[in-house]
Amino acid sequence: MRRYLGDTAVLARKDLRLELRARDTLPAMLLFVLAIFAVFHFALPAGSSRLAELGLLWVAIVFTALLGLGRAFVAEREQGLLDALVLAPCDRSAIWLAKGIATFAFLAVAEIVALPAFALFFRPVGWGTIAGVVLADLGICAVGTLLSAMAAAGRARELLMPLLFLPLALPIVIGGVGASVAGAPGKYLGFLALYDAIFALLAWASFEYVVTE
Amino acid sequence: MIAARGLSKRYGFKRVLEGLTFDLERGGFLVVTGPNGAGKTTLLRMCAGLAIPSSGTLEVEPDRSAIGFLGHEPLVYRELTALENLDLYGRLYRVPERRERIGMLLERFGLWEARRERASALSRGQLQRLALCRALLHKPELLILDEPFSGLDADGAELLDRELAGMRGQRTLLVATHDPERVALLASGRLALA
Repeated sequence: MRRYLGDTAVLARKDLRLELRARDTLPAMLLFVLAIFAVFHFALPAGSSRLAELGLLWVAIVFTALLGLGRAFVAEREQGLLDALVLAPCDRSAIWLAKGIATFAFLAVAEIVALPAFALFFRPVGWGTIAGVVLADLGICAVGTLLSAMAAAGRARELLMPLLFLPLALPIVIGGVGASVAGAPGKYLGFLALYDAIFALLAWASFEYVVTE
Repeated sequence: MIAARGLSKRYGFKRVLEGLTFDLERGGFLVVTGPNGAGKTTLLRMCAGLAIPSSGTLEVEPDRSAIGFLGHEPLVYRELTALENLDLYGRLYRVPERRERIGMLLERFGLWEARRERASALSRGQLQRLALCRALLHKPELLILDEPFSGLDADGAELLDRELAGMRGQRTLLVATHDPERVALLASGRLALA
């Protein structure tokens, strides 16, 4: 277990360092989420309901995550580096976990900017929404990292990623919107936590088969 | 060390390898030759565990922790320095006395001065030297090299000649090359793919 966590830490640190050097994922996510709020601000009719605004927040979160996930395996894909990681004597699921942690970090930073920006454009969000966002991020990164690896191995990857991800992200949107608008969000937060647990387990167990031929 | 029996590989309807049988004993040095598209890279990738045979059996004795692989790509992160790349692999392979080993390899392959350069700033030849350092870092029992002389200048090629000569009998070597004469004196066998 200690070895597994050590390998995961080494790989996650590498992904964070690559982003710090290249700076091509996080700035894009930040600009995208701010641009999408600006578009929604002008697209929504004046006096729109709180429910509509919170729905759009979740649309923005899902598409911002999609942008980050689409770039999760870019270095490995463009430079054939998945071979090197697959050859290394670490558990292959550690590659998934490390990528998931790095993607979670990028998404969390984007949301630290996005939620106050949402408050500026629309209205402040409650604790139910913040808890929902954290739980949703876990699910998004668990499923999305697996799908990103699948898309990286295939052709037409830019097309494949949203086609695979969006249907699987539907329960996240349902749970997230529910947690944001319900008076007692506990039920929806529980649903998101269950989604996270099930899909994280499935992704962890199946990642090896995705990255080997 | 490697035992292949009736090994075949197909990609869709295209047959890349058909009914290949060979043995490579521990400490042996097998050179794989053949024209472009003959299946050299596919064979090496199967031996490294990166591709699965369509039919036949392939037994490779050491597990992946004891295999060193050099492919067409250098398999290094372009945004990391030479030192950071080797440190990453050194940690993943649990290389004992990692820093000393990395320093020794960088010196031996003439990369010490460029150790803090990002891989993206290295020349093609330097990248190939770095890729060789990566493949040798964990002192693999089985070394699989696909066109290892590619991109190397005369000095680099001579250095690799010496490395291969030094490893003869100590490590098992499987090398695909378009220039079999270069390693003809070292090799214990030759596998010509059509």
